[in-house]
Amino acid sequence: MDLIVNGQRRTIAAGEEMPLLWAIRDVLGLSGTKFGCGMAMCGACTVHVDGEAVRSCVTPVGSVAGRRVTTIEGLSPDGHHPLQDAWRAHQVPQCGYCQSGQLMQAAALLAEKPKPTDAEIDDAMAGNICRCGTYQRVRAAIHTAAAGGKKGGAR
Amino acid sequence: MIRKVSRRGFLKGLAAGGLLLALDRLQAPALADSSTTGAAAVVRGPGEPQVWLAIAPDGTTTIVVARSEMGQGSRSTLALAIADELEADRARVKIVQAHGDEGRFGSQNTDGSRSIRQDLVPLRRVGAAARQMLEAAAAAAWGVPITEVAASNHEVVHLKGDRRAGYGALAAAAWRQPVPAEVTLKTRDRLRYLGQENQPSFDLGDMVTGQAIYGADVSLPGLRYAMIARPPVYGGSVAKVDDQAARGVAGVERVVSLPAGRVPGGFNPLGGVAVVATNTWAAKQGRDALAIQWTDGGNAHYDSVAYKARLIATVQKPGQAVARRGNVDRALGRAHRRVRATYYVPHLAHAPMEPLVATAHVTAAGCEIWAPTQHPHAVRETVASLLGIGVDRVTVHVTLLGGGFGRKSKPDFVAEAAFLSREVGAPVRVQWTREDEIRHGYYHTVSAQHLEAAVDRRGQVEGWLHRMAYPTIASTFVPFLNRPLDPELGMGVTDLPYDIPNMRIETGPADAHVRIGWYRAVANIQQAFAINSFVAELAAAVGRDPKEMLLALIGAPRRFEAPKWNYGAEGGTLHPVDTGRLRRVIEVAAEKAGWGRRLRPGHGLGIAAHRSFLSYVATVVEVAIDADGNLTIPRVDSAIDCGFVANPDRVRAQLEGAAVMALSNTLYGAITFKDGRVEQSNFHDYQVVRLNAAPKQVHSWILDSEHPSGGVGEAGVPPFAPALCNAIHAAIGKRIRHLPIADQLLPKP
Repeated sequence: MDLIVNGQRRTIAAGEEMPLLWAIRDVLGLSGTKFGCGMAMCGACTVHVDGEAVRSCVTPVGSVAGRRVTTIEGLSPDGHHPLQDAWRAHQVPQCGYCQSGQLMQAAALLAEKPKPTDAEIDDAMAGNICRCGTYQRVRAAIHTAAAGGKKGGAR
Repeated sequence: MIRKVSRRGFLKGLAAGGLLLALDRLQAPALADSSTTGAAAVVRGPGEPQVWLAIAPDGTTTIVVARSEMGQGSRSTLALAIADELEADRARVKIVQAHGDEGRFGSQNTDGSRSIRQDLVPLRRVGAAARQMLEAAAAAAWGVPITEVAASNHEVVHLKGDRRAGYGALAAAAWRQPVPAEVTLKTRDRLRYLGQENQPSFDLGDMVTGQAIYGADVSLPGLRYAMIARPPVYGGSVAKVDDQAARGVAGVERVVSLPAGRVPGGFNPLGGVAVVATNTWAAKQGRDALAIQWTDGGNAHYDSVAYKARLIATVQKPGQAVARRGNVDRALGRAHRRVRATYYVPHLAHAPMEPLVATAHVTAAGCEIWAPTQHPHAVRETVASLLGIGVDRVTVHVTLLGGGFGRKSKPDFVAEAAFLSREVGAPVRVQWTREDEIRHGYYHTVSAQHLEAAVDRRGQVEGWLHRMAYPTIASTFVPFLNRPLDPELGMGVTDLPYDIPNMRIETGPADAHVRIGWYRAVANIQQAFAINSFVAELAAAVGRDPKEMLLALIGAPRRFEAPKWNYGAEGGTLHPVDTGRLRRVIEVAAEKAGWGRRLRPGHGLGIAAHRSFLSYVATVVEVAIDADGNLTIPRVDSAIDCGFVANPDRVRAQLEGAAVMALSNTLYGAITFKDGRVEQSNFHDYQVVRLNAAPKQVHSWILDSEHPSGGVGEAGVPPFAPALCNAIHAAIGKRIRHLPIADQLLPKP
């Protein structure tokens, strides 16, 4: 089947039931999207399908045939999406493993709500576990990105 | 001593023709006042050289880091230690991760919060030696006295003229200079990276763009993917397997039985049946299609409800005294008041976000491994033993770790990959699922502790009895051990810094029925919880402020050597227990948190303090509990004295993360067993704190300190749970003695 991954049409030779996560990782060789739980409980595998954040570990690849899939590698052309810059400014990552998913989830949030409140961040980001506990900086970095890169942006 | 290295090819691609510097062996850290001690004094013993840095002719400086990176940030900070003393421009520095080779690099074991505390000063010396050699080369080339030149930002300048030369141009000549017998470390005011703000990780850019390479991100030609069905009970084995359905799954190539596991299991794999396939999903489908009958073995009766009752009963009875001072029985007999309480902490699973994964390729030449390991040397030894080959034939490439917390110190998962690669004759990646990780861990122990205190008429504590029972970590490696050992007791119990005339520590028996392992902060978790909770209980019993009670128990500032165990060889006299430092973090955390301030109904402040990993942390938690029993944490203040701070932002990050992880432990953390089987499986029934439940603000206060660096990765964890439970008591009068808190706050129906 064909998918549009990070703007490129890709043909995937895999069963339709294979989760999108493993198609992205094992078949396409894009390793930025991470496996964390396999049941949509942790958000490490978050990608965008037609702009919407989905958990690729429970999304059969067949269900997204022909649709636009964006992974962390395609979040921005130069690695400088406002959220990526904010993540750098706040030095958000510790081990970094969950951060692809955090960023993809946060990007979907900002696309929908450019100036999210704390409560809206709570709602949108509660599905993304960070075992290192970077949550306080994730929140601050989302506010910073929403404020156009100014640290300590409006709450 | 520090040596030049003339051999080539230690690490491929390292600066041929440039400057290479090696240390004979990295051992004990230098003394605190070592700023002018010779390099030769730091390191001793013969051995293979280690290569730490190389400067290429274009000036590119490659620094080798031998400790694993799992979120602590020490990989970058250790590189900055060399770069700073080298007076290098960090923009021209690259990091190379060392492969596993302790003969060359010294200890690479990345647990026990040891990377900075053990390596910082020795690596600063390496950087300083290289800087002095570059300066000497420039002085010689210009025919000027060494005192007239100085290294500055990747070049050497002539202070009395306008000559300057870049490090790349000087590297070859610098290599011909003798290694200085004495190195001079920078004074604090000259440091440009260490101790400074805005020193981001070298991995930061890769981490926010999906380019960072973790365990499962290594790709090899011909790679096969494996998943393993492991015995559900520790010590169990396969009785019978029907693999017909598994073999029918598209993409499945092989079904392979692993050797049965042993008890105690040590670092060895658990056994079971592996399915090897052309992709991860096929391996999982195949694994799930196996029909296996298990023989459960002797641990099939393990039941957490019954075990808890037994542990609690054990600590009500006299145990074996392991430390004593004065006469506790007499003090308790004479007491105006006896206060007693029993605490319970269940098993925990590490649950790093990256489930266990490892890739191995066994060939006639040996075994090559790519793994997110905290302990490459243990990987080499375990794999060598399993395959029956020499340790020197096992090559370990250490990837980034997606969290470790102690689980990835244990190489069982890596040995599985090595075994399977040999069996199938191809490179094999073993991928654990989250369920595998939750059900086949090396669990934090399960413990009961009983504390009793004798209080006199003035509210002074005259006697202190601490009795505990829990399966020891050593039971995973040695049969029949069933009491805590010195390294566990040395985590807050035998080194308890309380000035009480009569004390006794007792242990009771507790057999292990699972693999017990070290988990971030280890025995400090339960011991700091019980001790600091009990202090607040004592305060409540005599009507004293908990912080004042804590300070009164600690007593006057004084120093003493920890009597039994003090975080390994370098503890000793270099890191005495210093009650003045403990008092100071308490005072700072309390002041910053506004201790004593008026709070809204349902809010409470709790305090706790603990020395661990040679650092001192005090934490004040503000909790808010509504009428429905919902708990939120508006604010946490943690003060730390970890000696010299190499990277303040990463210290803050560790305290922020410790608060979140400790909150998970305390609120939800419980691995339970029934019929020897783990009852939890994934994040729905082994919950961890999410963003919406995390503390709203964690304020970290770093005390400026000239003491040698202590550990940071774990020290923030121990005081959090008791501070939280003390805050709950302050808020609503409920005392939590058994963890997790779970639904204990719900209003009574």
